[in-house]
Order: sequence, then structure tokens, then C-alpha cells
Amino acid sequence: MSAFSFGVRMREWRFWPMLWKEFIQMRRDRITFAMILLLPAIQLALFGYAIQTDVRHLKTVVLDESRTPESRALVTVIANTGNFDVIAQVSNRDAIREGIESGEVTAALVIPPDYARDIVRGRTATAQMIVDAADPQSSAAAISGAQLAAQARSTQLLGERFRLVVPIEMRVRPWYNPSQRSATFIVPGVIGILLTITLTLITSTAIVRERERGTLEQLIVTPIGKASLMLGKLVPFVLVGYVQMTVVMVLGKLLFGIPIRGSLPLLYVLTVPFIVASLGVGLLISTVARSQAQAMQLSFFFMLPNILLSGYIFPRMAMPLPAQWIGLALPLTYFLKVLRGVLLKGIGIDQLWRPTASMTLIAVLLLVVSVRRFTKTIE
Amino acid sequence: MTTAAAIPPAVVIEKLRKTFGALVAVDGLDLTIGRGEVFGLLGPNGSGKTTTIRMLCGLITPTAGRATVVGFDTSTQSEIVRTKIGYMSQRYGLYDDLTVYENLRFYATVYGLRGNARTDRLEKHMTEIGLTSRRDQLAGTLSGGWKQRLALACATAHEPEMLFLDEPTAGVDPAARRAFWKSIYELSARGTTILVTTHYMDEAERCQRLAFLSRGHLIGLGTVQEILEQFHKPTIEDVFIELQARDEGAAA
Ligand SMILES: Nc1ncnc2c1ncn2[C@@H]1O[C@H](COP(=O)(O)OP(=O)(O)OP(=O)(O)O)[C@@H](O)[C@H]1O
Ligand SMILES: [Mg+2]
Repeated sequence: MSAFSFGVRMREWRFWPMLWKEFIQMRRDRITFAMILLLPAIQLALFGYAIQTDVRHLKTVVLDESRTPESRALVTVIANTGNFDVIAQVSNRDAIREGIESGEVTAALVIPPDYARDIVRGRTATAQMIVDAADPQSSAAAISGAQLAAQARSTQLLGERFRLVVPIEMRVRPWYNPSQRSATFIVPGVIGILLTITLTLITSTAIVRERERGTLEQLIVTPIGKASLMLGKLVPFVLVGYVQMTVVMVLGKLLFGIPIRGSLPLLYVLTVPFIVASLGVGLLISTVARSQAQAMQLSFFFMLPNILLSGYIFPRMAMPLPAQWIGLALPLTYFLKVLRGVLLKGIGIDQLWRPTASMTLIAVLLLVVSVRRFTKTIE
Repeated sequence: MTTAAAIPPAVVIEKLRKTFGALVAVDGLDLTIGRGEVFGLLGPNGSGKTTTIRMLCGLITPTAGRATVVGFDTSTQSEIVRTKIGYMSQRYGLYDDLTVYENLRFYATVYGLRGNARTDRLEKHMTEIGLTSRRDQLAGTLSGGWKQRLALACATAHEPEMLFLDEPTAGVDPAARRAFWKSIYELSARGTTILVTTHYMDEAERCQRLAFLSRGHLIGLGTVQEILEQFHKPTIEDVFIELQARDEGAAA
């Protein structure tokens, strides 16, 4: 009797052969396999290394025409900001021009001959920071770095001269990302972007492929059932998604020193609504797309607002309101909060329930709509 | 449960109709197919053969009328119907990126075969259909004839009571077609009912009974002999052309 009911139960789990088949296909399909393996690596390299939105270690030359203890002190202060690496002393402006034009130098500090004299006489001394502004982001960082350094040095000098205690000192202490490294900010986002790609693009093309080749029709006439068919098609990609997530976290920790401050089990659980929402989008795309190429295009179309408006790279607070509203409709917006919250801040569900609830709401909506549409297409 | 005395016919179709928007694909079709028959469904392109088969398999719901397959309603009892039928579509439904054996194994497992029963059945099928030597070849790299054999093997891995074959021999060489029909007769001898569509008249003549469809209507039905006598024609091909001309004349 129990053997019988076990047999019946096993029959209901007809999605096992689907899983088995799906993994074989995944392994044989070079493009999918490459996407699954290479995407995490490429995304990490691209966004972890290349897009460093902060600027450190600008190659800097110094033209010190003052040659005094005062001027040398300024060079030290500038170097200590960490934004500038003094690579050489030069003796004239032509050398600076050559360096910047050849791209070997991005910044030059010019201290005029009367710098020290002006300070001693109580006049405002000027020094010049020449910056290669071809890359606006790094030049902006260089400029603000130089200004900060100058202010710091001024305060120091004023304090020394008048034996004053500085009345106000603003000490900026960046929390959660103390070294101001953008990799720390970006890498958790890479997890979200990767899951979005896997669960929408790869899933929708996999489903559309079955329809294109006529195997979907063949599956529907088998006793597999709609639920098993869908589960069998979706579950493999959920597993892939979790593996990718784990790989990115491990690589992020090893290569970029990304902290894992919060509870990992919590993170894996809070990922569920995000996965469901993304699968909903993937399923929806598969019901709209007529070909694999279309499914791919639609998925990329969906990726775009996710990359731009979710807060993955650009902070949402700085966006115009309509852009912020669109961002509110994207599951990734909330998932990023969860990812950064758990990984960087180590906060728990008591502070993350809001994004989790929003994400769950979107997930349920998407799932209901997409499953309805999908079952309709297979009648 | 049904007693041996009252085994229902393999297929009963009553006033079956299917429309796609304004297009009437199948119109008021009535048809009964007995157990163990090899039944041929003929008709020009677009006459509604595939649509009829898809309704019988429960892939699409009829607009009106009803059909039963091996005694179960195709609309309301499609779950049961699906366990009893095999279907080989015009496109074969094979996974190109799975091997011959993996395709067979997959479909057998989906139909609920497990363990030793599955292994034994698959080995038997592989030898019967002569696929053993190509066991580990990817299905996508098979030639048309071998693909067709594999598709048949996949559709019959669970030994269905009723088999639907939609243009199974399209694009297959004469030797492969002959071998295919040998398999069909073997299945029939074991009691499997077979509904097959074809555009080859020599194949039509191999069927025990035939139905002619034209633009969704049934325009001729009977054994090969009956049909030849009824229309006073020497070959099924002549009947086919005659019937189609008549139907078009009636429509004009
Ligand atoms: N899903 C669909 N949507 C709209 N029209 C359809 C659909 N399926 C079939 N049709 C139309 O219904 C008619 C019957 O098509 P069906 O495929 O049943 O013909 P057939 O007899 O199998 O033809 P062939 O010999 O070419 O395979 C055709 O006019 C076809 O265009
Ligand atoms: Mg057809």
C-alpha cells in the first residue's frame, strides 16, 4: 500500500526527467554554457575592475618651482590623499604637456616660485593642479581631492600661524564602504544582474526553443502535466542562479575583499521572491516572443532599465522622479537593497522587510500573469 | 471498468468543428475508428488533417462537437487520454542536442517508465528499430530516415493503445518508408490502433480504411476496395483527384 502511494507520488514528480534533460542540454549548448560560466567572470571584471567610479592613484608629476619646506609639505599632503601617485618631479611645463598628451600622466601639481614667500607674508598662496579632463569622472574626483587637500593644508597652516584650535572640523566617515571602493558597491549588484540575465534571458530562450523545434507540442501530449512541465523547465535555472550567486560572492570576497557581514542563509531565502519575479518575466517573454532571437531582444530590452534605473551603478536618489518611479517597478531595485543590506551592512529581516515585501508583491503579480499566459499558449 | 464485451472504439468523432477566427479548419466531422485498425487520413494541404489529430490528442480544444479516444473524452479526460496515446508530429519532436538513447530514455521516463522495466523496454526498442549502433549519436545529426525511426520509437516507448502519425514518411527514402510500414504493421498486429496521414498514395493503399478530407469536410470514407468500387476508379490517386475536383466544384 505504501509502496503504491509512493509510486503514485513519484509519478506526479514527472519533472525529474525534465531536470535531467535540461541539464544535459545546458551542458551541450555552448552558448548557454558560456553564458552561465563566463557571465559572472565578465561582469565581475567589467564592473569590479573597469568601472571604478572612484578614482585612486592618478599618475601625477610635480613641478616645484618654489623648492621650499612649504612646497614639499604641500606635495606630501596631496600625495597622502591617496588620489595622486607622484611618479616624477619635472623641471618645466613642456614636460607636463608631453606627459599628459602621451597619456602617461593624468595630473600635474605646479607650485610657483613665490608660493612659500606668499605664505610667509600672509598672502594667499596659489598652487596649480592640472588635470587631464578627458575622463570627466576621474578629473572631477581629482579636482575635489586637490581642493580637499588644499583646504586641509590651509587649516593646518592657519592653526600653526595663529596658534588656534580649528573651530569646526568635519570628519567624513563613510560607513559600510569605508575604503570608498566602488567594487564593494558594485559586486553585490553583479549578483542581481546575473540572476536577472539567467532567469529571464536564458530561461525564455530555452522555452521558446522548445516551441520552435516542436518539442513543446510533443511534451504537451505526454502525461507530464502543465505544472511539471513548467517546474521542469524553470527549476534548473533557479539552481544555476544560486550557483552563480555563490560563485560571485566567493570571487567577490577573494578578489575584491567584499565583506559578508550578514546571514547568508537569510540572503538565500530573501533571494526567492526575486527569483520568482525574474522567472515570471522570463516566462512572460517566452509567451510573447515568436523566436529565440526575439526572446533575446526582449530580454535585453528588459535588462536596460535594470542596469540603469535600479541603483546598480547610478544612485537612484540622483535620478529625476519619473526614472525613480520606473525603478520602483523593477524587482532588482529591491533585491539590490537586500543584497547590499545583508552583505555590506549585515542587517537582518527587521530592517529589510519593506523591500522584501515589495519584491514579493511584484513576484506574485508577475507569476500569476505569466503562468496564466503560459498555460493559455499550451492550452 | 469496461468489460471485455464492451471495449469502446479507438476513436469516436461526433460533429467535430474547429475554427481559427473566420477560418473553418474542420467542419462537422463524424468518424469512428475500430480497435486495431490502420486508418488513413488523406486530403490536400490545409484540409484539416493536422488540426483533427491535434484535437484528438487534446492539444487544442474543439470549437464544437466532441471526440473520444479509447473511450475517454479528449476535452474533459485529456489527462487519461495522454497516458494511452502516442503522437508523432509532422516535426518529429526530437531533441537535436540529446543522443538517440537520451531521447528515448527521456520520453520513456516522462511516460512513467522507471528502473529495470525502462531499461528492458528501451533495449528492446533499440534493437527492434535497429538504432543500437547509433545509440550515442546526437539526434540532430541523424539523417531523415533515422530521425523518423527514432521519433516512432519515442512515440511508442510506452506501448500506447492508440498511435497518431502525422505525415510520418514525409522526406524519407522508399527503403525507409517500407521499413517504417513494416513497423506499423507489427504495432497493429499487437493491437495498437493507428491513425496516419500521408500524401503518398501507395501508402494510402496500405491502410485498412481511408477517410478523405477537403477543406475541413469528410468527403469519402471506406476500405480501399470499397472506395475504388464506389468511384469506379483504378487507383486511390484517381479517386483523390476526382473527390477534390468535386468538392471544389460544389464550393464554387
Ligand atoms: N493555429 C492556427 N491558427 C490559425 N490557422 C490555423 C492554425 N492551425 C491550422 N490553421 C489553418 O487551418 C487549416 C487546416 O490546417 P491543417 O494544418 O490541419 O491542414 P493539413 O491537412 O494538416 O495540411 P498539410 O497537409 O499541409 O499538413 C489551414 O488553412 C491552416 O492554415
Ligand atoms: Mg498537416
